[in-house]
Amino acid sequence: MSNPVLSVRGLTTEFVTPGGVVKAVNDVSWDLYPGETLGVVGESGSGKSVTAMSILGLVPSPPGRIVAGEILLEDRDLLKMSAKELRKLRGSDIGMIFQDPMTSLNPVLTVGAQISEALRLHDRTLSRAEARTRTIELLAMVGVPNPEGRFDQYPHEHSGGMRQRAMIAMAIANDPKVLIADEPTTALDVTIQAQVLEVLRTAQERTNAATILITHDLGVIAEHADRVVVMYGGKVVEVADVRSIFSAPRHPYTLGLMSSLPRLDVDLERLDPIPGSPPNLVDLPEGCSFRPRCRVTRGREICRTTVPPLYDTGEGKAAACHFSEEVPAEMVTVSREMGARLGSGS
Amino acid sequence: MRAWRRFRHHTPAMIGLGIIVTFVLLAALAPVISPYDPNDQDLAAAIQGPSGSHWLGTDQLGRDIATRLMYGARISLMIGVLAVAIGLVIGVPLGMIAGYYGGWADLAISRLADMMFAFTSILLALTLVAVLGVSLQNVIVAVGISVIPVIIRLVRSSVLSLREEPYVEAARALGAGNGRIIVRHVFRNSLTPVLVHGTLSIGVSILLAAGLGFLGLGVQSPTAEWGTMLGEGRQFIFSAPHLTTFPGIAIFLAILAFNLLGDGLRDALDPRMRTVDRPAA
Repeated sequence: MSNPVLSVRGLTTEFVTPGGVVKAVNDVSWDLYPGETLGVVGESGSGKSVTAMSILGLVPSPPGRIVAGEILLEDRDLLKMSAKELRKLRGSDIGMIFQDPMTSLNPVLTVGAQISEALRLHDRTLSRAEARTRTIELLAMVGVPNPEGRFDQYPHEHSGGMRQRAMIAMAIANDPKVLIADEPTTALDVTIQAQVLEVLRTAQERTNAATILITHDLGVIAEHADRVVVMYGGKVVEVADVRSIFSAPRHPYTLGLMSSLPRLDVDLERLDPIPGSPPNLVDLPEGCSFRPRCRVTRGREICRTTVPPLYDTGEGKAAACHFSEEVPAEMVTVSREMGARLGSGS
Repeated sequence: MRAWRRFRHHTPAMIGLGIIVTFVLLAALAPVISPYDPNDQDLAAAIQGPSGSHWLGTDQLGRDIATRLMYGARISLMIGVLAVAIGLVIGVPLGMIAGYYGGWADLAISRLADMMFAFTSILLALTLVAVLGVSLQNVIVAVGISVIPVIIRLVRSSVLSLREEPYVEAARALGAGNGRIIVRHVFRNSLTPVLVHGTLSIGVSILLAAGLGFLGLGVQSPTAEWGTMLGEGRQFIFSAPHLTTFPGIAIFLAILAFNLLGDGLRDALDPRMRTVDRPAA
């Protein structure tokens, strides 16, 4: 494999709150390789978005602070950069697509002006007219019909899908090496979601940007990601290629995500949701933070006492479970309970 | 121009605008409209009621009240507009800094505004005039300064919410610096409340300046100014009520007009009332 374009190493981001210190991202490491789409999944509060904000250097401080780790973009550590260097990188080498296109565009500026701004921020020599031409090309590229007319319209004159296309155009305006899409389809209608994901895929192919796709939607992951990072309670609990994640998960949490998902392609008698609720990040349980909800632990001592490291499970895959080898067998049991064979559909 | 269309259908606002335009025209064209000089005394014709030759009567020195009111409109409107301009020029940047950066800058600026708030504006203006000395210029400065704390608070509070907007974060993610974000993304979006409040403040400032004039600390006689005219006519309030009634009505109308206009602007510019009325192509 080639060298990663972006490497996150031991990243730990904390928030100081009145209730205590929240370890939103806790010793997270992963690599992003050129051209690939890395899916980052996890439920709310698992640290997905904070990881993205840490990469961009946009963790609000105070109350947030990055206490450990390094983020290497090709060989430069983003965490050691000055604010000015980092600002030059944002929007040029690293593009970001936000969750809600309805509020991520400034309501008092035209869509065209905002995309042009993205261009002109990083290329001061670009004239207004050149920026306009380039913006119209970008709008056409992301599939906005009548881009010339759309240029001068305000965000409220665009539908959600059109706005998200504009946001994508803005993010890829300067041919980023890394594209971060934070829940890019969550705020959109289901019918629009597929279109926007398709646009994202095209945009990614044109710019050849490595993409971090943050989502809680396993369907989106299955469709678009090459590799998957599963996060739970601020930690990475499993890393694998997308096929393995769905067919042979090695962490009980990943298994729980699969078994709680309604599916159209297999007949299920019932769903098997994960019991309990996400851990309190201020006061993490001793040992494995998934233990209180885990169906594999069966009261074993080590789960209560020792935080499981990310064990290598071969072929570039890893799972943070002391008993990851038992998960496949557990999957069979779960499937039987649900009245279907999981992992067969994908 | 949707906002203008909505504004046009806002009857009270149009009435307000009409009154203001009328005042402006009267003030500008006073020498053309009136045959009298505002300061020409005609003691033989002192304290006359309204008549054909003096529509609103004459004052204790025989000066034509209508003429003095027209020239007075110049002073009052000027004070109102300039005072609010001073308030905006100083208050808006301070409010922006306080709201956007927070921290010690916010602490310092907000405490300053709180201190100014502790005095009622008339008291603050009175003190300032007493310190600075009585003159038209100082009245404008004093009234302007008394406008500042309200503007600071208004801008600060709207910036506090605007800086958390996703589009501000999006701009930051694009690599925009603080200066650009403040000017292009935050300031533009806080314009509406500032504009509305600025308009309302003009009315308040006119009243404040008239109050100073009434107390003898405003624009000095013989310059025609509504508050001063009201103050001088006070002695004749029972024998010749028209000396005080007409300046009073002028002040009342001016303030009413700016309030109506401000309300109309708020309704017209309120983003919650913004609708899509051009079909998306």
